[in-house]
Amino acid sequence: MAAGIKDKVAILGMGCSKFGERWDCGPDDLMVEAYVEAMKDAGIEASQLDAAWFSTHIDEVGTGKGGTPMSIALRLPNIAVTRVENFCASGSEAFRGAVYAVAAGAADIAIAVGVEKLKDTGYGGLPTANPGTLQPQVMPNGSAPGNFAQLASAYRAKHGVSREELKRAIAHVSVKSHANGVKNAKAHLQKAVTEEQVMNAPMIAEPLGLFDCCGVSDGAAAAIVTTPEIARAMGKRNLVMVKALQLSVSNGSESQYNQWDGSYFHTARIAAGKAYREAGITDPRNQISMMEVHDCFSITELVTMEDLFISAEGQGWRDVMDGFYDADGKVPCQIDGGLKCFGHPIGASGLRMLYEMYLQLQGRAGPRQLHDPVFGMTHNLGGGPSSNVCSVAIIGQEGA
Amino acid sequence: MVGIAAWGAYAPRLRLSRKAACAANAWVAPNLMAKAKGERAMANWDEDALTMAVEAARDCLGPGDGRSHVDAITFASTTAPFADRLNAGVVSAALTLEKSIAGADVTGSQRCGLTALAQALTSVRGGAAKNALVAAGEHRRARAASAQELDFGDGAAAFLVSADGPAAEFLGHGVVTDDFVDHFRSADGEFDYNWEERWIRDEGIVKLVPPAIAAALKQAGLEASAVTHFCFPSTFNGMGATLAKRCGIAPEAVRDTLGSVMGEAGSAHGLILLAHALESAKPGDIILAAQFGQGAEALVFRVGEGVASGRPRRGVTGSLTDRKEEANYLKFLFFNGLVEWDKGMRAEKDNKTALTTLYRNEDMILGLVGGKCRETGVVQFPRTRISVAPNNPGVDTQDPYKFADRTARVLTYSADYLTFSMAPPNHYGMVDFEGGGRIFMDITDVDPGDVDTGLAVKMMFRLKEVDEKRGFRRYFWKAVPDRAAAAKPAALAAE
Repeated sequence: MAAGIKDKVAILGMGCSKFGERWDCGPDDLMVEAYVEAMKDAGIEASQLDAAWFSTHIDEVGTGKGGTPMSIALRLPNIAVTRVENFCASGSEAFRGAVYAVAAGAADIAIAVGVEKLKDTGYGGLPTANPGTLQPQVMPNGSAPGNFAQLASAYRAKHGVSREELKRAIAHVSVKSHANGVKNAKAHLQKAVTEEQVMNAPMIAEPLGLFDCCGVSDGAAAAIVTTPEIARAMGKRNLVMVKALQLSVSNGSESQYNQWDGSYFHTARIAAGKAYREAGITDPRNQISMMEVHDCFSITELVTMEDLFISAEGQGWRDVMDGFYDADGKVPCQIDGGLKCFGHPIGASGLRMLYEMYLQLQGRAGPRQLHDPVFGMTHNLGGGPSSNVCSVAIIGQEGA
Repeated sequence: MVGIAAWGAYAPRLRLSRKAACAANAWVAPNLMAKAKGERAMANWDEDALTMAVEAARDCLGPGDGRSHVDAITFASTTAPFADRLNAGVVSAALTLEKSIAGADVTGSQRCGLTALAQALTSVRGGAAKNALVAAGEHRRARAASAQELDFGDGAAAFLVSADGPAAEFLGHGVVTDDFVDHFRSADGEFDYNWEERWIRDEGIVKLVPPAIAAALKQAGLEASAVTHFCFPSTFNGMGATLAKRCGIAPEAVRDTLGSVMGEAGSAHGLILLAHALESAKPGDIILAAQFGQGAEALVFRVGEGVASGRPRRGVTGSLTDRKEEANYLKFLFFNGLVEWDKGMRAEKDNKTALTTLYRNEDMILGLVGGKCRETGVVQFPRTRISVAPNNPGVDTQDPYKFADRTARVLTYSADYLTFSMAPPNHYGMVDFEGGGRIFMDITDVDPGDVDTGLAVKMMFRLKEVDEKRGFRRYFWKAVPDRAAAAKPAALAAE
């Protein structure tokens, strides 16, 4: 295996816009909001940026294609801007590009900005992304919740969990995230809910009700990265270091080969295994301090707990019910509210997850600050259970 | 001995309760309450004349990979979805028939189903074809609160004609062509325009059908009294009996029109009644099938010793058994495009079909043909240049492999209330096939609660989407519960 990215790149600064229904903002305004905060946090000028990565997913609304929307919005000094798109994991891709550029020595300081302006569609929920010319002729006309709801049917069948038990466990996933979102002023949804409310909400895609689905939000997030040497030379201390960056992409085996049982994410297990090796983590359940995972739907988060090897297979729902992932649990998950409540502006989400881990590692997370976290993990997924891209990143304290 | 080798039929599962329809319209059309009896077959939103004809043809040919014997295909309908695109070509592609076969659409009159069968019989007798397939489907629209809405039914039938048709020997054919306009629908018209029933009956049917019957019987060398099954579709009460009396056919030979259980499926209905007769006929029986329409067409058959072997899995009998009452008249109006309803913004999705992509993937999309790796035996959908086998991704190692007739089970599913659907919630999921391969696909003909992991399903050719902007229809295969397979374990347990 390659030497890996561990401790080669430090995060110099981060920023994140308020997420939500930002009727007053276009994608350029959202980018500026995240950028200004990140640049201030890093303490640098635009002229110090060597290269930029720009992530946004949906072309039908938002910025349109190419790198120019970011360069123009932020008035970047004619540096390279690479637009990346990898479904809902696009934000992690922008980060990966910037980190790799720094690690390669191609850039001293690089920036990643992710943005999505979704609330220009005229209706609730996600807009339909262009699926090409073949897929619409064969694939079901489904929605994201319908696609992810498939997990529930397979999980129930495989682990012998009753409809009621699983419905309640995934309800708890959402209750926990809503409780966390209350403590986050930037979150889209800042209101606590009860299990009963979640379980009795209108059905969206069986068994997922309204509260099993994440918010569809506008927002942007940004990260500025450099080498630890440059960061130290700039007077930065207690650096937040990149420990692992992994991406695993489906090759069609889940959807075309009769082996995968539909109850888990094949790619997540691969990406997580590689990320732990890259970061030198051998006992994730005890070593990972906190996580931001891709909780686009409550069932996604539940099975992800097993795919990341934090919960044993078939036991994730029990850990959820035991409060293992609650704010006061052993491995707090979605301490910022997650996609569920912070919101899910697609191209920004991977960077938003890193933003929370970064704040927590620096002790700057305010009312939701956890006690001395060492490793923070992010899990950013794009696509659906049977065909997806899965990004797993670990950042942590210097020297950890 | 030219004749029928096999037949098949299809009626959509939904049956609109006429009582429900009449009750809904009683305020405006109280006169129709007299028709508030029985039910009519009602196509699901994703069924049309073509999809139903494909299902009838599949029932006729039976499962299996070997269809190379079919060398001609005719599609008959007055409600073909395409005015200029060979509808028979779509049926042929769905059935994965050979490219070298003859194909034609026959249309223009309510008798065109029997016309197509007569042409196939003549063609085989003349040696132009050896095994000619005829598939007729009809999905007639009628205005809300009309008598036609209650009289019509949707359905399809198919026949395989061969030089040694063992199910029924072709004995005679009679025809009358006369421009008697009992009703018409213009080339761009949505609905029929009907003249007075009494005139149609007395001046049309009673005068134009008997000469065709007489000609057919004469060619067969039979007296009318020899007829044991007389099939004559009509929405007029007792029309078959009237004709039988006039022609000298025994009254007990007159067969039920199935009007009370499925309605009249237009140009497919003569074939449906013929199929239904074959399903209960004994060797030696004489079947006379006639249908009216700008004249008439009449065909005479002698049931053969091979009638049992030609009997389809489903047929008309099975189609009539597999039913579900639909008491929601509004649903019928929605499915037939008779109501402007708010489909929501999600329905604005552009359903433009790349015809290049469709043709490149013709066997995959229309035929549900995947691939099987010659080296590993791994089966997959779709067929790809590099095999999906994780440990042996051979390049160009796959042979075509048909999925349409394989049994399958639901691995994962959801009932989606968010996405646009003509029949929400939209059910779809991962379907695993016996023998390998899986497809993430739509599940249709189901209600909430019908689907679960492990449910046995079968494949059906259905409408995938309608491109209302351009008038194109996209077809693909969907999973429907294999209710017969699901019923088996319970039956065994009962034993």
